[in-house]
Amino acid sequence: MNAELAMTGFIALYIFMLAGFAGWVIIGNVPAILHTPLMSGSNFVHGIVVVGGLFALLNASTPLEQGIGFFAVLLGAGNAAGGYAVTDRMLAMFKSSGDDTKHKTATVHHLKKKG
Amino acid sequence: MLAIISQIAIGATDLVAAFLFLFGLKRMSSPATAASGIRVAGIGMVAAVLVSFLYVFTIDAAARPHLIVNLVLAIVALAIGGGFAWIVGRKVAMTAMPQMVAIYNGMGGGAAGGIAAVELFGNRATGTTHLVVTLLGALIGAVSMSGSVIAWAKLQGVLGAPLRFGGQRALNGVVFVAALAVGGWMVFTAFSGVPPVLPVATWILIFFGLALLFGVLMTLPIGGADMPVVISIYNAFTGLAVGFEGYVLGNPALMIAGMVVGAAGLLLTLLMAKAMNRSVANVLFSNFGEVPAKGKPGAVAGTERETQASDAGIQMRYASSVIIVPGYGLAAAQGQQKLYEFVKLLLAAKVQVRFAIHPVAGRMPGQMDVLLAEAGVPYDLIFQLDDINADFATTDVVLVIGANDVVNPAARTDKSSPIFGMPILNADMAKQVYVIKRGQGKGYSGIVNALFYKPNCDMVYGDAQAVLIKMIEAVRGLGAAAA
Repeated sequence: MNAELAMTGFIALYIFMLAGFAGWVIIGNVPAILHTPLMSGSNFVHGIVVVGGLFALLNASTPLEQGIGFFAVLLGAGNAAGGYAVTDRMLAMFKSSGDDTKHKTATVHHLKKKG
Repeated sequence: MLAIISQIAIGATDLVAAFLFLFGLKRMSSPATAASGIRVAGIGMVAAVLVSFLYVFTIDAAARPHLIVNLVLAIVALAIGGGFAWIVGRKVAMTAMPQMVAIYNGMGGGAAGGIAAVELFGNRATGTTHLVVTLLGALIGAVSMSGSVIAWAKLQGVLGAPLRFGGQRALNGVVFVAALAVGGWMVFTAFSGVPPVLPVATWILIFFGLALLFGVLMTLPIGGADMPVVISIYNAFTGLAVGFEGYVLGNPALMIAGMVVGAAGLLLTLLMAKAMNRSVANVLFSNFGEVPAKGKPGAVAGTERETQASDAGIQMRYASSVIIVPGYGLAAAQGQQKLYEFVKLLLAAKVQVRFAIHPVAGRMPGQMDVLLAEAGVPYDLIFQLDDINADFATTDVVLVIGANDVVNPAARTDKSSPIFGMPILNADMAKQVYVIKRGQGKGYSGIVNALFYKPNCDMVYGDAQAVLIKMIEAVRGLGAAAA
């Protein structure tokens, strides 16, 4: 193995190590209340695999490669879009009692008086 | 020239996307900023996907004649896969969230496996390391895909009871070792000049077949109660597979995103196992509730006393502090809306109400929090085990709804109990406990709950939603006189 190749291998290991560590630290700070959105949110993040699928499909030169590449993009796109949709929906539901709850109750009272 | 410019544009956009993913996940550390976090990550994803069409300026000479077809295929695949998942994700009920996450995990694993397959069939590996990493990603991705499909089927109720048979572990071991052996043979024959006996394409198919089979076999014997751990493991697996295929394609964005998720999934898995006082291996290779007890479980003295929903409701209305412990029974009865309606009545009567959530309540960590959020419960009323456990002793009333094992004091006292050592919510320490439960049956673990026989505990039998409606009526019935 030549020196340049060995170096690329080490750079890859550096990326893996630092990314794994960053993930561990960032996720470790997420409170338990958000663990379900976190799971679907991290699920969405690995949907980036769709980019790899696109690369493979665009470089495909046989029907077999085209077929597999097509499914890789299809599944990857589903992973990304679905992961985003459910995470966004869940997170939109989290509200503090200081947010607009008071606002809402006020509106309700107002409507009731009118009625 | 165009090729170089596209490569720089792709590299720069991927760098920004990787930053946005990390930044978005960082914003998930508080419910107040989390919603903006996922949107930031979403922008990164859209940018990364759009810019990857610039790959058309850098493709292999062999693929050039197929460019138009490939482009059309790419756009169709994006539209179908993305569009379908988006529509389903927008519509699905919150209680079905665990199986949705499982299936999206499986899709990611399948995509990673597909990338590996294209690389393998196209014979694109440049060296031993490259080939080994491709195969590892393929193995993990394929296991994650077929395993996730089984997990989805179990959670969706398509598959029934866990399938267990004699020699199951031995069979799983043989399949796994066979997959490794086939992979090893492929690496050995690829660069050694030794003929591969069968055509390489056949070996690739056998390899994927064994990996997919292993995912199915590994997931079949695991029961519903342990599914959260399984989903989390497959999340980590898919992340790892994506990271490995990122290395294969020389794409650092995939490497970073995949590894971050791999680490996240690993951490979540460990946290969940800890909350159940079990090891990850124990979850994967033995079965909840079938752990042989080290002796006869301690006999439970006393009887279960029943009380009326209305009495319990009125008692809570005149308490000064109430803690509510929701469990899967609440979700199954779709009672979270009625629960919040009842809680609003209590709050209006100046009762201090808080929710105590056990780390493994529901079928996914934090799922109960999402269900309460869906009903409109503000997140600052929701507390986790460590933050609220000391307060039970000074609380007037605890209302347990469809939760069993997470409030079983046997975990604290009975050394012979299978759940001994599992952290529990100290509901039994409150002055008065009401338990809403469908009947006198047992929980997931099949263990008798000593709490139900204690003198300070009364049972309200019935469907959670129906019971809560009665409680609401009782408190409303007190009318203006009580207000």
